Amino acid sequence: MHLMACHECDFLQKIPPVPEGSAALCARCGSLLLRNKPKSFQRPLALLMAGAILFVMFNAFPFLTFKKGGLVHETYVATGIRDLADQGMPHLAALVAFNLLIAPGLHLLAFLYVLVPVSLNRRAPGMFRVFRYLRLLQPWHMVEIFMLGVLVSMVKLAKMAQIIPGVAVYSLTAFIFVMAAASAAIDPHEVWERWEAPR
Amino acid sequence: MKPTAPTARAAGLVACSVCHLLCPGKPAARPDGAHRCPRCGARLHSRKPDSIARTWALVIAACIFYIPANVLPMTTVTSLGAVQSDTIMSGVIYFVQSGSWPIALVIFIASVFVPLLKLAILGYLLISVQRQSRKRQKDRTRLYLVTEAVGRWSMLDVFVVTILVALVNLGALATIQAGPAALHFAAVVVITMFAAMSFDPRLIWDAWQAKETSDE
Repeated sequence: MHLMACHECDFLQKIPPVPEGSAALCARCGSLLLRNKPKSFQRPLALLMAGAILFVMFNAFPFLTFKKGGLVHETYVATGIRDLADQGMPHLAALVAFNLLIAPGLHLLAFLYVLVPVSLNRRAPGMFRVFRYLRLLQPWHMVEIFMLGVLVSMVKLAKMAQIIPGVAVYSLTAFIFVMAAASAAIDPHEVWERWEAPR
Repeated sequence: MKPTAPTARAAGLVACSVCHLLCPGKPAARPDGAHRCPRCGARLHSRKPDSIARTWALVIAACIFYIPANVLPMTTVTSLGAVQSDTIMSGVIYFVQSGSWPIALVIFIASVFVPLLKLAILGYLLISVQRQSRKRQKDRTRLYLVTEAVGRWSMLDVFVVTILVALVNLGALATIQAGPAALHFAAVVVITMFAAMSFDPRLIWDAWQAKETSDE
């Protein structure tokens, strides 16, 4: 049994041990208190490694190619950000760069920084602070929304020209699924609980 | 005396908003005077500071930005000298007319419907908290959680503009320029995200005991 306050309604309650694969809900407002996920760092680590490779791939390879007759215009993920900045919208370019490249990149690095030592039963310096930044960064990382944007743009331009998806489109799609699977495989409490455990 | 709900605050505790560690409400003095979570270093607040005032301010700011975001052009297409500007709504209408109504629906929901609904819901939650309403607290908590989760999808249109600008950049033949609405619209999305983050759903439940215990 341990005492926990609901994050959404502040209700203080005792939580019995939660069996693996189950979740505890707040007795008053019904929000999720915690979910007991399989205690393994192997799976999330493998997924994060794959995520790191895919992150490099979607930045390095061609993204969408505009083709009309003999006219071919190849773009990369970063092209739109650069073009926005060139058109006198540096703020918007910075926001898109943050949502698309900086936040996911930092997210990946922070995750690896915390999980690699934890999986070896060690602690990285300041890992709890880094893990906090990681939670704060989460809503700002919008790769999946960008992907829906790719779909909309392709439909929008379908009548005007042929739009050819490049390697980066597939890498980006895989990146979304890999990162979602990694987040789903990690039990954050498993990291937080290391704080109480002796070194 | 009526029984009060056992909240962390009533027990003199504060739950860390990031790592959920239960900490004593009265802090050990720190040199910078801030009360921080000993585990993750987040600032500890029993309730988010000035939640109602901050959320109102951000909701009102987002409402103001919402107007230029919809009136001004989102994109300007220059094709062989011909110039055409599109607002968010004219983009939706274009998709309806060209028959791709599923895409029209996606854009309409993400760019028009969700931001408005989000502002309306936050306004409703704020008013209900200020009136210390005790009705349907569970539903209002759920409504808040959904609102917080769904708001980021409004960024869709900004990303579409980014992609179009990159793809249709063919010199004299055709170019697409991002219009001023794109920046205003991005501001609406970012500000409403901050508004949702600054609202404290625990206030919905404080009305439960507000009548019995005096606020500290």
